[in-house]
Amino acid sequence: MLLSIRSLTKRFPGTLALDDVRFDLKAGEVHALLGENGAGKSTLIKCLTGAYRPDGGDITLDGEKISPRSTSEAQELGIGTVYQEVNLLPNLTVAQNLCFGREPRRMGMIQTRAMTRQADAMLEAYGLDIDVTRDLGLYSVAIQQIVAIARAVALSGKVLILDEPTASLDAREVEMLFEVVRGLREKGLGIVFVSHFLDQVFELSDRVTVLRNGRHVVTEDIAELDRVKLIEHMLGHALETEVDDHATPHDDSAPKRPEMLKFRQMGRAGVVHPFDLDVRQGEVVGLAGLLGSGRTESAEFLFGLRSGGTATDTDGDVPLDTPRKAIAAGFGFAPEDRKTDGIVADLSVRENIALALQAARGWARPIPRAEQARLADMYIERLDIRTSDAEKRVGELSGGNQQKVVLARWLAMNPRFLILDEPTRGIDVGAHAEILRLIHELTAEGMALLVISSELDELIAVSDRVIVVRDRRHVAELTGSDIRTDTIVHAIAHRDDIGEVA
Amino acid sequence: MRRSLTALAPQLITLAALVALVSVFFPGFVEIRLIDGRMVGPIIDILKRGAPVALLAIGMTLVIATRGIDLSVGTVMAICGAVAAWSIDKGLGLGGAVALAIAAGLVAGLWNGTLVAIIGIQPIVATLILMTAGRGIAQLITEGRILTFTHDGFSWFGSGTFLTVPVPAVIWVVTGITVALLMRRTALGLLVESIGINRRASALAGINATVLLIAVYMASGLCAALAGIITAADIRGADANNAGLWLELDAILAVVIGGNSLLGGRFSVAASLLGAMIIQTIDTGILLAGFPSEYNLVIKAALVLVILVLQSPRMAAEWTTWRAARREPKPAGRVQEDAQ
Repeated sequence: MLLSIRSLTKRFPGTLALDDVRFDLKAGEVHALLGENGAGKSTLIKCLTGAYRPDGGDITLDGEKISPRSTSEAQELGIGTVYQEVNLLPNLTVAQNLCFGREPRRMGMIQTRAMTRQADAMLEAYGLDIDVTRDLGLYSVAIQQIVAIARAVALSGKVLILDEPTASLDAREVEMLFEVVRGLREKGLGIVFVSHFLDQVFELSDRVTVLRNGRHVVTEDIAELDRVKLIEHMLGHALETEVDDHATPHDDSAPKRPEMLKFRQMGRAGVVHPFDLDVRQGEVVGLAGLLGSGRTESAEFLFGLRSGGTATDTDGDVPLDTPRKAIAAGFGFAPEDRKTDGIVADLSVRENIALALQAARGWARPIPRAEQARLADMYIERLDIRTSDAEKRVGELSGGNQQKVVLARWLAMNPRFLILDEPTRGIDVGAHAEILRLIHELTAEGMALLVISSELDELIAVSDRVIVVRDRRHVAELTGSDIRTDTIVHAIAHRDDIGEVA
Repeated sequence: MRRSLTALAPQLITLAALVALVSVFFPGFVEIRLIDGRMVGPIIDILKRGAPVALLAIGMTLVIATRGIDLSVGTVMAICGAVAAWSIDKGLGLGGAVALAIAAGLVAGLWNGTLVAIIGIQPIVATLILMTAGRGIAQLITEGRILTFTHDGFSWFGSGTFLTVPVPAVIWVVTGITVALLMRRTALGLLVESIGINRRASALAGINATVLLIAVYMASGLCAALAGIITAADIRGADANNAGLWLELDAILAVVIGGNSLLGGRFSVAASLLGAMIIQTIDTGILLAGFPSEYNLVIKAALVLVILVLQSPRMAAEWTTWRAARREPKPAGRVQEDAQ
């Protein structure tokens, strides 16, 4: 056994984050670590990388007890980590990033040419032939991810922890990353793989360990498990059906809902080819497409973040030059990157939920504290936001709960048109199902939604209509029984045989 | 109320400790006497002398809460003082002088705010422009000399008393309370903190971050104008070169001693004001304690360093651990006592 963890315990004020957890990692295996938000995955990883000191238990690496006190100490011991957000320096060159801290020197001066050679050699092993003298930030996230892996492996070389490495990659990039990981497995590294994408877990892993509420639930070979069983382990109760339970019946003869909003010529050349969009009451419009296809940009035009195009409702023109005007018109937007664009981390859950409503009321009319607390408590209960209380800093919540806080902020406004950009990204299975259920509740009340998602199953399950975006154009619109995985994939992949719907 | 007092505890304790320390060297430090209908004593002197930095600290707290900084406030003081002196000189009277000086402060704030919020220049660079250029503007107004005036009404702002209390002290206390109430009784405080923590997310939630940022810099300009009026009134003249010189740094220090983060977000105006009083107590205390004047800056620096180290999060963590460690063996001791 390469790495072995026994009775690991970590206490935080008020919670037991890890309770007597065990975990084994063999050399030459990919071991998936799964669990809902708050199950203890991050805490376990932070204990391994020295970011946290455990309160009890042993960590044994290569037969020797270790207790890393810092990330650099963990690296020296042989444990390297690559995170979802690449934590390298985008404004340094690839070579500088790879050799950072141990640059080849002569008489104290860095030997740039030797460094370039060294970096080339490091990347060659990964089948990556890029110009290492260019800035890292110029390359795609996937390549940055592989550079991060190359650096971690070169520094550490025994255990590689991949924490949600695929969250911001598209399908082709994921495959590229997986090839790299498989190569490292053959070289005998022990790889811990954390991901919310169950398909990827099945594709890549040899074994799976599931944590729940800080406890070890099960460790099994992937071959022994199927999807339903795995989800059962993660949720802790037999899940009757998956997402499909909430699926909208895709019936061609569905009654037409009343029209609500008409967007005309939204977009601008070079960003998104101008498109028209009609939205009906209680309708869910799905937006499908690869990363960078113009999905998010389309949403930004609709929310007034970018200007171009006009909008009308039954009462006439709807001005959309700024987000404030869009909000005044009853729009809401839960952005893709909730950490930078969604939550205000140092404010409390209560303040985050009340924020949009307060902004709309204006500074001179503060929402009374009691009313804020009532709103917060109501949405904490309704959306099942896991927090000790409404006064907790939002930054301390897990990703899924942060997303629910952003949703609560918009629901408190009671919008008529809500845009959800990747509402379930990086969210555990339980919260995922809750958010999809919520989408159905909202549309039943007449709210219209625009949902952007990389997960086709999810889009198919929630959408009444799916618009496919490709190369910054809206290329197809699928309705009724045409909303199927194969039709969407076809529209995303094929360049010629579907007529352009501008 | 109790919660806000707990939050201010480090600053209150520091201030009390300083007063006790100075009292050792200068026994009459806390004495206050009433002479000719005005309160007199070292403490009263601190409240009066500390007025410019206290006022600047109020505006600076708001600017820093938005993750900005305003280096121009010392210079804006000089400009506003010059404008006031010029107005008196031209016979515009008390009202005209005060109105024009305040207007000058607001325009300066508008300039800074526009550079930061609309053009997107980093606050430290944006306000540096006015910090350096502003002294030139003030010199142009005073035509390069110290512009003196005699106007009893205007001098009242510097040396008068209101209900036995020096007017400068009244001005900063009233301004402080007004701003603190304005921030906490309306939603302004929350909105300012929100844009300081995450401007993009705040804008997406519908907060008018641009207007709010400009307003905050204008508030800072307004506070600098009040400080400039007090300084000019006190010396009965406008000194374009020396009025408010380096005071922007004392104001930033006051905000920091008040425990506000330079990274923006949560803020407390009251804590910054206590910070300003801590600085003034050090300044006045060193003089009263009778140290040779060449030691002043060194002693001040040493005291500030000690205060900041004691207030640092790391020291707070050490303190908590130390207390926890002391608390644990206690039950054993109590058992012994019971046995006796």
